[in-house]
Amino acid sequence: MADVPVKIVVDLSKPKGERESIIPLTKAEIAERDAMAVQAEAERVEQEAAAQALLDLKASAKAKLIAGEALTAEEAETLVI
Amino acid sequence: MAVKSLIETVTVGAGGATSIEFAAIPQDGVDLVLKVSARRDAASPGIELTFNSDATDYSHRTLRGITPNVSSISGTGNAYFILFANLSTNTANTFSSNALTISNYASSAAKSMSLDVVYENNAEFGYQSIAAGLWNDTAAITSLQLVPQSGNFVQYSTASLYKIKYD
Repeated sequence: MADVPVKIVVDLSKPKGERESIIPLTKAEIAERDAMAVQAEAERVEQEAAAQALLDLKASAKAKLIAGEALTAEEAETLVI
Repeated sequence: MAVKSLIETVTVGAGGATSIEFAAIPQDGVDLVLKVSARRDAASPGIELTFNSDATDYSHRTLRGITPNVSSISGTGNAYFILFANLSTNTANTFSSNALTISNYASSAAKSMSLDVVYENNAEFGYQSIAAGLWNDTAAITSLQLVPQSGNFVQYSTASLYKIKYD
C-alpha cells in the first residue's frame, strides 16, 4: 500500500485512456475510513457471535432430543421452520 | 437480441487502493453488469457497494454456503450492498469473483439486482452465495462506489463495468 492511501475514480464522461484518476485521500477521508473499519470489525464480531450462539443452541436442542429431555422454548425455536 | 459491451475495466496498481468509483455512467443502456475480482490486505471480506454515493435503502436476501454450512441471511434499510473479496489470509495471489447484474439502471423504478459470488482458501474453505438485492430509489444510477469495509484493494484487483442493450 502506498504511504498516502489513494482512491481510484473512473470518469466515464472522458475519452478512453483519460478516465482513470488516482487521488490521495484527504485527512477527513482517512479519519472516516478508520472509523468505518472499527464499525465493520465490531459488526463482524457481533455476527460471528450470533451465528455461534445459534449453532450452540441447535447442538443443545439436538443433544436433549437424543437424550429424551425437555427443550427450552428457545431451543425448540431452532427446530421449527 | 442483447448486446453486452464493456464500458471500462480498472486494475488496481502496485500501491493498492482504498476504493474504486465509476462516475458519469452512460445512460444509454438498459442493464448494467459489474464484475469484481478482488483481494484485500485485511482479514475481512466485505466490499460496500453504493450507487450515486447514497447510503440508504439497500436490501438483500442471500443464500450462502460457508464451509461447511449452508444458511440464509437478509437485511433491509442498509447503507450499502455487499460484495466480497479474498482475504489477506487466503491462498496467496487468489482473488474473489463477483458478478452483479443491475436491471433497468437508468429507469425511475427501484433498482433490483442479482449477485453471484465465490471466494475460497486453498480448498479448505469456500464461500459462495447468490443474492437478490434492491436499491429502493428512483434515481437513475449515474455512479457506483466500491469501498472495502477495512483495509485496501491489493494490486491486480479488477472491476469491470458492462452495459447491456436490447435490439
